[in-house]
Amino acid sequence: MAKSIEVRDLNIYYGDFLAVQDVNVHIKAKSVTAFIGPSGCGKSTVLRSLNRMHEVIPGARVSGEVVVDGQSLYAPAVDPVAVRRQIGMVFQRPNPFPTMSIYENVLAGNRLNARRMKKSEADDIVERSLKGANLWTEVKDRLDKPGMGLSGGQQQRLCIARAIAVEPEVLLMDEPCSALDPISTAAVEDLIHELKSDYTIVIVTHNMQQAARVSDETGFFNLKAVGEPGHLVEFNPTAKIFSNPDNEATEAYVSGRFG
Amino acid sequence: MTQDTVAPVKQGPTMGITAGQLPRFASLIVAAFALVAGLLLGTLLGAGMFGTVLLSWLFFVIALPLWSRVVEGRRKAADRSVQALVWSIFVLAMAPLVSLIFTVVSKGGPVVTPDFLQRDMSGFAELGQGGGIYHAIMGTIMVTAIAAIIAIPIGVLTAIYLVEYGAGKRLASTITFLVDVMTGIPSIVAGLFAVSLFMLLTGNPLPRLGLGGGVALSLLMIPTVVRSVEEMLKLVPDDLREASYALGVPKWRTITKVVLPTSVAGIVTGITLSVARVAGETAPLLLICGVAREANWNPFEGSVQTLPVFIYGSLSSTADAKYGDIWLDRVWGAALVLIVIVMALNLIARIIGNVFAPKTGR
Repeated sequence: MAKSIEVRDLNIYYGDFLAVQDVNVHIKAKSVTAFIGPSGCGKSTVLRSLNRMHEVIPGARVSGEVVVDGQSLYAPAVDPVAVRRQIGMVFQRPNPFPTMSIYENVLAGNRLNARRMKKSEADDIVERSLKGANLWTEVKDRLDKPGMGLSGGQQQRLCIARAIAVEPEVLLMDEPCSALDPISTAAVEDLIHELKSDYTIVIVTHNMQQAARVSDETGFFNLKAVGEPGHLVEFNPTAKIFSNPDNEATEAYVSGRFG
Repeated sequence: MTQDTVAPVKQGPTMGITAGQLPRFASLIVAAFALVAGLLLGTLLGAGMFGTVLLSWLFFVIALPLWSRVVEGRRKAADRSVQALVWSIFVLAMAPLVSLIFTVVSKGGPVVTPDFLQRDMSGFAELGQGGGIYHAIMGTIMVTAIAAIIAIPIGVLTAIYLVEYGAGKRLASTITFLVDVMTGIPSIVAGLFAVSLFMLLTGNPLPRLGLGGGVALSLLMIPTVVRSVEEMLKLVPDDLREASYALGVPKWRTITKVVLPTSVAGIVTGITLSVARVAGETAPLLLICGVAREANWNPFEGSVQTLPVFIYGSLSSTADAKYGDIWLDRVWGAALVLIVIVMALNLIARIIGNVFAPKTGR
């Protein structure tokens, strides 16, 4: 079910402002790809353009191609809603729906799309998704309690469970651990390792150790200069990026000598 | 004798962290003192009750900060004088409200009997026998309900357009401007609009019908509904909308299943308050609903009596030499019932707000 993603000559604009320029990258199926780089260099923007979430911001548009499974996401006939059903996303801040219980939160993707299902089928999806997100044992006795009552780390894993409950092809993660403590971070990282066998995962992170720990391939983004658009400096296997990168700027950044 | 090489130890506290303090009930003591002083000075000068209170207040506002200045220092004195002023203004603001409620309850309370609530003004009521406000209560409820049925869908949908679809568009800013203009429409003008609208629709030169009252009130209600619902929808974090979009949920389902449930408490509160606000309108209803002596359940034909109009009409009969007192009683009774209805709506709004509020349930 996992798909690879081909990005060709991607330019992303906010109104007239060119935010990211000329991104070319091939993201492999069933692997973890990390995007690293300084703040404001367009990592999250690129990530959001992979499931057309950046369009939620008024004035945002792209040129170039994002091809998943042989289909261009930006072809005229493509429905962004259908794209997002295939390519799920987890956000920086945990955002469970406040009006829903844990159970309903996991099922939100199915229920909000008015998919009819039997009670047993729904129970199955909830259990499988929560087990997949390493949250089942912690919440199985209080599934009817509000999702907002969980701790921050649990909420984030609930959001991951919600994202995988609709069985997407690809899972995008926008700094999923930046609001979490080290223990919750470790839980989420373990989860990423497990999910890798079923999903294609793209993760944006500010934490280079995290990129080194979880990812198979890493892309380094940087600004050409202040006020210039961001671009992809280097894209290589993670081991190479962190030991022997091709680009000097990459080496400066990963070794902490940036700037 | 050898030279002492050890540096002398400083004695006593070096940091000035202590200060004088007034006794705990300083303000009460000063207040009692001010009251006595005001009474003495007032009787001495022959000032009335108002003068005495004013003198006591003046004494209090000056004496408390002065005492504090001497004992506690400048900062605390300033704090106490501002506190005294804020409390005085609070009391000043509450006085009319408390006096109003006290008057209405004490004068209207004895009038409101089950009989008064169940009878209308037909028969010999004009001559002081029996009579009640059933027809006016029922009319107020019917007309307000019609107004709510018209205004709530229009207002809520407009607000949804403004927040979810129209952000940054010219049409949305135009609508916002027009809604602001609508807020300022005098209620009598809304009544005139309803009259002229139903003149055209019915061909009757002087239309009198409950539906018209509902239309007039809905004109006054729509802007407040739009405004309050708009504010509530803006409070829903974009994180939630994005979370929903990322699950592949279409926009309209995101709005109906995520945005509206999250803000439903505030929306219901806003709507109920706007209903309470129009329930007391008089002028437009006087124009379009007219006056009636009996209950009229047909909103499409005939005059409908409402509480505010009943109060207005009864007040003009209080000068009657023979039945004036009875009419005055009816005024206070109807006023009390109107206040109770509006307060009940407010209370319901609060309860609904609490019931629907998202729970954390730790």
